[in-house]
This record gives sequence, structure tokens and C-alpha cells, in this order.
Amino acid sequence: MRAYKVFSVLALIAMLVAACTPAAAPTAAPTTPPQQTAPTTAPAAPATAPAASSGGTLKVAILAPLSGGQPTFGVSTRDGALLAIKQWNAKGGVLGMQIVTDVEDSQCLPDPAVNAANKVINQDKIHYIIGEVCSAASIPVSDIANAAKVIQMSPTSTNPLVTVDQNGQTKQYIFRACFIDPFQGKVGAKFAVDTLKAKTAFIMYNQSSDYVRGLAEAFEASFTQLGGKIVGKETYTNTDTDFSAILSKVSTASPDLVYLPDYYNIVNLVTKQAKQMGIAAPFMGGDGWDSADLDVAAADGGYYTNHYDPGDTRPEVQNFLKDYGAEYSGKVPDALAALAYDATNLLLTGIQNAGADDTTKVATALQNIKFDAVSGTITYDAQHDPIKSAVVIHVTGGKKEWVATIAP
Amino acid sequence: MQKASVSTTAPTLAHGPKTRLAWVGQGFLLILAVLALYIVVRNLIQDPVQFGQIIIGGLQLGFVYALIALGYTMVYGIVKLINFAHGDVFMVGAFVSFFSVTKFNLESWPAVVFPGLPAAVVVVIGTLTVILLSMIVCTVLAITIERVAYKPLRDAPRIAALITAIGVSFFLEYFGALKFVFTPEFIPYPSPFTVVTFYINNGIQMMVPGKPLPGHVVTFTSIFVIFIVATLLVQFLLQYLVHRTKIGIAMRATSFDKPAARLMGINVDQVISFTFAVGAAFAGLGGVLYAIAYSSIWTQLGILPGLKAFVAAVVGGIGSIPGAFVGALIMGLAENLTMGYISTPMRDAVAFTILILVLLIRPTGLFGEPEKEKA
Repeated sequence: MRAYKVFSVLALIAMLVAACTPAAAPTAAPTTPPQQTAPTTAPAAPATAPAASSGGTLKVAILAPLSGGQPTFGVSTRDGALLAIKQWNAKGGVLGMQIVTDVEDSQCLPDPAVNAANKVINQDKIHYIIGEVCSAASIPVSDIANAAKVIQMSPTSTNPLVTVDQNGQTKQYIFRACFIDPFQGKVGAKFAVDTLKAKTAFIMYNQSSDYVRGLAEAFEASFTQLGGKIVGKETYTNTDTDFSAILSKVSTASPDLVYLPDYYNIVNLVTKQAKQMGIAAPFMGGDGWDSADLDVAAADGGYYTNHYDPGDTRPEVQNFLKDYGAEYSGKVPDALAALAYDATNLLLTGIQNAGADDTTKVATALQNIKFDAVSGTITYDAQHDPIKSAVVIHVTGGKKEWVATIAP
Repeated sequence: MQKASVSTTAPTLAHGPKTRLAWVGQGFLLILAVLALYIVVRNLIQDPVQFGQIIIGGLQLGFVYALIALGYTMVYGIVKLINFAHGDVFMVGAFVSFFSVTKFNLESWPAVVFPGLPAAVVVVIGTLTVILLSMIVCTVLAITIERVAYKPLRDAPRIAALITAIGVSFFLEYFGALKFVFTPEFIPYPSPFTVVTFYINNGIQMMVPGKPLPGHVVTFTSIFVIFIVATLLVQFLLQYLVHRTKIGIAMRATSFDKPAARLMGINVDQVISFTFAVGAAFAGLGGVLYAIAYSSIWTQLGILPGLKAFVAAVVGGIGSIPGAFVGALIMGLAENLTMGYISTPMRDAVAFTILILVLLIRPTGLFGEPEKEKA
């Protein structure tokens, strides 16, 4: 009898271990591709700026994660924002006022971000906040800022709850410069139908990731709406490494396109196994593919959507690349820097259009803005999410090449 | 209470007089089995090519489990310990080969030492060296683990050693995840050789990269072939080792009765170390092949294959070497058929349901001897 007891205890332990196994896949935040170089000599925040020549000063706070888990996100964001402000000051500032910045380290975490927000709003009496990078930090800050009628412009927080509260009410004073996740699904579907002439698509997605599921659902809806047909839909989980059964279904369905909006680590596995099974259909994904670790040989022939690409030929992008390189010793800006630059320009243009340092007027001005930013021409919808274009990148011959900028 | 009821009803179901309600459970299981069979047969008729593809994927997975399960079953057979760190030894094997390929280009050493060798020979010798190095490192690791963590607990209650095994397993995973060890990232794995794909269409033909396949055909890769060869080789080697060599006799004696074996002049500690070493060597081999086949490694890659291999060992009858092999193939096939015909996230549920069913119906597994009670 003892043997059976031992067995049942063992079985219990085995299940416990299985259940407790942390399935935390190391993932990059969707909007935040890794930065290529280490932080360089960015100008220190001029907390005490030189006295303005005329018309006083306008204070802007930048909340960025300069320490903590993602310091490169913060450095890129700060550098992008400071470059924009420097350019505005060189042109004479906004409404004749020189812009003074206050950079706060908000660590991508709710508590430090809330402390920083309280400090800049209550002590420093600042009316404009650029930040935070991460949705988890931006959401609590947005509640404080909205209550205090302070404009907050997040460059890269993609969670819908940053600009909309739990009841679906748009927060009047909160805006963002990036598109939200489902939008990429829409853009992907549009590119697939219009440019790749895809008629059938197969969707593979990780059912345990909100980001991936959001993209997949948006892609499915848009693709079907545009006249395409979804010939198969399969889910997997974080810990899967063997996709042969799913891929055998893909092979049977032989779609024109496989939509796989996951992070690069899964993309590497799936595309490699697909190549080995002789699946010729191109794969397509979202900004989760954007990593130096993407296996370009396996993903060859694939496409993904992203916020911005240095290869984009529009003058806004090329000028930004030139200015950023000149300011920060030749560094190539990543998507975070580009979006922070855009966020700052949007905010300052909003103030300029409003004609006064009055946040209610600025909010209205932003709502009606039409601005040619690095990451596309931006207008806002009723939820304060930008309506703007996304870029499509083609993985080919070991390189990631810009192929198109797609407006929704 | 539950545990006790499991252990009392289990033999009744299998051997003794039937309890009144046993037919409910048996009928339910029968319906499940018929349903599973129906799904499989229907799909086989509907699309034999896809079915063949799923079977190939399942066998490949089964061979991975077989290589790990051997270690579980051998160690259990000798010291009655479920070595939960075994899956992580498997992981270390994959990482060792990763570093020997990326940092030292070990796979191309024959080309450097003997420049005249043909490329095919270089690839074969180089790959074998990579595999061998991983096996050696795993062996050393396993012996160390045994000496440090298990040997001092040999006379302690079994549960203590079991908990230690789980501790060692977590240690390897999270120590490996440190930035300066393996890092917690998913790492793309560069195969030491180019994987070739074959397809079955009027005989077996090789796929030319970039050229589309001739329609809907069954494909398999060179890794699949290597898996078959390696696993069968290991299986026969082990049979020979256990049944035909002196150390094999010593192993069986130790497994049968440790004190008596010691009285007969067998160095039991050495035999136990040897058993750990052999199991770890196979896990190292499995780790390298797994990394080549699935092309991405991280420090927790050993957990699920390790657990499934453990289930495979139990299904086959823990302690039985052919049982581990058959159990592993059953697990791999069941998993892939689930992924193919039910849904991917169900795979783990099915795998562990099999464990529960086996423990309920036949706790000794397919090949296991019913264990005699010892006082």
C-alpha cells in the first residue's frame, strides 16, 4: 500500500510543480524595441534654464523611467523630448515663452510615477506632462493629471485605459502619441489585402497574452471586413516550443498569409519550423517582431507593422534622423525616441494653436490637431487615440526593410 | 483521506472483485477511449497527409521524452528517487552545446585541424563532438548533484530527497537565469549543421530551399532521422549495458536489494553515481537534439519536457527501460494528436490526465511489475 501512497503524493507534487512553473516569457513591451547603443551624453535637464528673452517661461515635465528595469526606454524618451524642446526654443519658444523642462525619474512603476506626478503638479505647478512610457505607470498618472486639469501626453503607452476610464469616458486632458495595439491588426490586414493581395489568412496567436490576442482579433475583424477569408485560427500558450501540429494545419489550409502577432522569440521558433516544413506562405506580425534577436533567416519573407522606421523616406523622418544624430553624437533614434519627439511636438503645437497657457483650450486644440509627425500624420479620435499611419517592414535577405507607410 | 482512498481502490479496479460503482468509471473511460479513437480515425480518412504529419511530429516529441525518461526510470529503479532536476540537466545540455557552437566553433574543429577533410565528414565529426561534450558536462553535473544533494539524504525519508530534488531543479533554473550565467532570455539556437527537409512523394525526396513543395505532402527533417537513430541506439546500448555487463548486474543487484548487494561486495555508491551519470548523458544528448530541432533555448526549457518524460516513465512503468521508451512515444503521440485534432492548449491537460488515469487504473504502468510490499 505504501507504494501507492508515495505515487499519489508524487503525482500531486508533479502537478504542483507544473502549476507553479512561472510561465513568464521574457518579453519586451510592445512599443519599445531595444535601443542599439548605451546611453550617451544626453544634456542634463536644465531645471534652471536661462532666463527667457521675452514673455516668460513655460514649464513642461518629462516623466521617464531613467532607472529601474528599462532605463534605455527612459533615456530614449528623454532625449527625443529634449531635442524637440531645444528646437522649439531655438525658434523662439511657444507663444513667445521659452520652454523649461523638469525631468523626473518615474521608473516605469505606478508608485514612483504617481509621486513624480504629484510633485510636478502640486509643488512645481506644472501644467504639461510628457510621459510615462509604460502603461502601468501612465494610467495612475493620468487619473491625477485629469483631475488636476493638467495635460498629459504619453508617447508610448498603448493600453486603452490611459486615455479612457473604466466607464468608457474619455479623459479630457489625456492624450497619447502612439497607436493602440489593435490598430496594428487593422493596418496589417489592410496591407495584406491591398499590397500582398492576400485572399486567405491563417491566424496563430498566444491565448495567454492580451497584446497578441488584441492584435489577432483586430486583424481578423479587418481582414474579413476587407473581403478576405480566415481559413484557420489556432492558439498556443507561453511555454509551447513545438508548433508542428499547428503548422501541419497551416500546410493543409495553404493560406496566402499567416498572421502571427507574437514576440520575436516565438516568431523565431514558428518561422523556423515552418521553413523546415516547406510552408511558403509569408508570415506577418506586429511590433513584437522588432528586435535585434529576430532570426532574420527564419523569418525571411515576413512582414511586420511598426511605429516608425529609419528607412522611411518622408522628410519628417529624414530630418529627425539628421537632427537627432547631430545632437546625440551619431546615434540612430529608436521608436521610443521618435515617439517622444512626436509627443513633445504635438503638445507644443497644441499650446501654440490654443493661443494661451490654458489647459482646457489646449485640450480642445489637441483634439482638433492635424500634425505631420515623424511617426505619421496625426489626428485624434474621440478616445484621444491618434489616427495615424504605421510602417510595414519586410524581412528580406537578412535585413529589415521599410516597404510602406499605411494610413488606416 | 483522498490519498488513502486512491491507494485502496486502485488495486480493486484492476484485480480484485469489483466495487458496486466501478462500472460507472469504467464506462466513462470506455466512452472517452471510443471518442478519441473515432476522432483519430475520422481524421485519418479525411486527410491522411495531415495525419502523417502529426504522427511524425508526435514521434519526434516522443523520442525527446524517451531520452529524458530513461534517466528518470533508471534512477528511480535504483534509488527510488524521482530526480526532478533531471529536466534541468537536459536544459544544461542544450546550453553547453549552444556555447560550444557560438563561442568556440567546436562544430568546425575537424576542418581546422585537418584542412583536407570533405565537408560532410567535418559536419558529422563536429556535431558528434558537440554532442559528446554536452553529454560529458551533463554527466559531471549529475554526479555532482548526486554527491552534494542526494547522497547525504540516502537514509532520510524518501520525501526529503524528493523535496531536495525539486530544490535542485529550481536552483538550476534560476541560477541559470542569472545575467552572467545563461541570462533569462530566449536565445535563438544556431544549429551546428544545416537541417534538410525531406518529403514523401513517389518515394522520399529532398526539399530544395526556396522551391515550393509539389502540393500537399508529408515532410520530415534530418533531425527526425537523427532522433530515431539516436534513440534506438541508446535503447539497445542500455539493454546491453544492463543485461550483459558486470556493472549492469551490479545495477540490477543494487536495485533489488541495496544492503544485500553491499554485502556481496558491490560498491553501491559507485553504482548509484554511474546510474545518474548514464541517465544524465542521455539527457544531454536529448538536450542538444531538442535545441537543434526546436531552435530556441532558455533556462526553463527543461521543465515541461522533464515533467512529461516523468509521466512517460510512469505510464511505461517506472523502473522499466523499455517501458520508458514506449511510454514516451505514447505521450508524444497523444500530445500531438491533441494539438492537431482538439486544440493546442489542451496538450498539457491531456498529458497529465494520462498520468492520473494510469495511476488510477494501473499504478505500476504498462511494463511495471506489481511491487511487493516490504515491511
